[in-house]
Amino acid sequence: MAAVLVISLSLFLIAVFFFLGVGSQSALKYFETRPQLIIYLKDEAKLQDIEMLQAKIQATGKVKEINYVSKEDALKLYKELFKDKPLLLEMVTANILPASLEISPHELSSVKDLAEELKKESIVEDFDYEEDVVSSLTEFVSALRKIGLGIAVFLLIISVLTVLVVLGMKISQRKTEIEILKLLGASSSYIRLPLYLEGIFYGLTSAFISWGLSYLAILYSTPFLINFLNGVPLFPVPVIFMLEVLGGLIVLGTIVGFLGSYFAVLRSARTMR
Amino acid sequence: MISFNKVTKKFGEITALENVSFKIDKGEFVFLTGPSGAGKTTIVKILLGEYLPSSGTVEVNGEEVNKIPKRKLFLWRRKLGVIFQDYKLFSDRTVEENVSLPLLIQKKSASEIKHSVDKILSLVGLTERAKLFPPQLAGGELQRTALARALITAPEILIADEPTGNLDPQTSAEMMKLFKEINEKGTTLLMATHNKTIVDSFKTRVIELKKGQVVRDEKEGKYHKN
Repeated sequence: MAAVLVISLSLFLIAVFFFLGVGSQSALKYFETRPQLIIYLKDEAKLQDIEMLQAKIQATGKVKEINYVSKEDALKLYKELFKDKPLLLEMVTANILPASLEISPHELSSVKDLAEELKKESIVEDFDYEEDVVSSLTEFVSALRKIGLGIAVFLLIISVLTVLVVLGMKISQRKTEIEILKLLGASSSYIRLPLYLEGIFYGLTSAFISWGLSYLAILYSTPFLINFLNGVPLFPVPVIFMLEVLGGLIVLGTIVGFLGSYFAVLRSARTMR
Repeated sequence: MISFNKVTKKFGEITALENVSFKIDKGEFVFLTGPSGAGKTTIVKILLGEYLPSSGTVEVNGEEVNKIPKRKLFLWRRKLGVIFQDYKLFSDRTVEENVSLPLLIQKKSASEIKHSVDKILSLVGLTERAKLFPPQLAGGELQRTALARALITAPEILIADEPTGNLDPQTSAEMMKLFKEINEKGTTLLMATHNKTIVDSFKTRVIELKKGQVVRDEKEGKYHKN
């Protein structure tokens, strides 16, 4: 029971870190696919100038995609964005909204340089970029991976040690029984197999418990997270993904249970010929 | 069949056996006698492969027991029938479960196990007690359960370490009658004992140990030297 509790808790925490990691990675990808640099163009900018600027930007080789958003397109976007707030729509016409270029660079790091370069262009009014959001998220994902991996390794070691101690105590209690079986001609596998199976059973049971708990936690927090991560398409979590997580937890639980029982058996095997 | 050649066993400073040599032929009934601490159990444990001799060799049917690797020891132990001084029965298993254990370990079929258990329990007179647990049995019945378990694999050699140590004289005599019948069917029997009455009532070979040394080996011996 103690072993199942400890392994379940460890696997649950590992699953939580895994979800955080995968979620952050997906959020990062989402932000990366959005235009990171928006160039607002002056009202007097002619279509010919805009096309020249587009060509110039493409020529830098730093850009993956450029979209021209005309004043009319901007108005459509604005109306879509504030369709629930008619007051904000009343006075707005296409004329007061700037045309813009939405730029997605290949490398996130080039956003700032690109913005500085384009600032000098005569038809550029202003610009806006999301470098801060994406770079912060990149740093967060990287830190999360390192910390998560460290904590996961620590928890797995604790789990293996718990199985080792629990099964070690069981072996001690059954020492006489094991001795008798050996004297009656029982092979090592005959004696060890039930212990290995017991360790694996602990791991498997814990995998299912931790998976159930983590699934419940995700289902419970989905409405809140959908609101919190406005627009980031992470939810609802696909069932296939959760089944993959279950597979991973089963593998991890089995390894933990087997290693714990293996070391427990190894420790006790030294005491008797 | 069994051959001890200049076997010495030391536990640190303590010498349990010193230069012990003897041979036992197939079908013999041999008493290993001597006071407590003389080295009888050490000989049994060396035969079982529990202890390795400090020097000397132990051969059984030409196979050097002390050279059997640990991983193959179980195969050697399956060839022996052993009755332990403290019986070593599982108190949470019934008589028939205890007796069937060596066959279960050897992965015999359920029908084979049932047939053998019924036969052996009938031989030792425990058919009526088959479903009882060891704590529900009398001393003689425990001993017969241990004997049945030792015989269930039809071993060529039966080793008994103080088998009558905890029994009253009448039960001891009944047990000895059983041992004699088993020996007459061809099983080699090595019995460690310090039960004078039993040894004296049998006209058979006696190997006497004292302080780890063989002090007497007589073909038809008594407990004490004539």
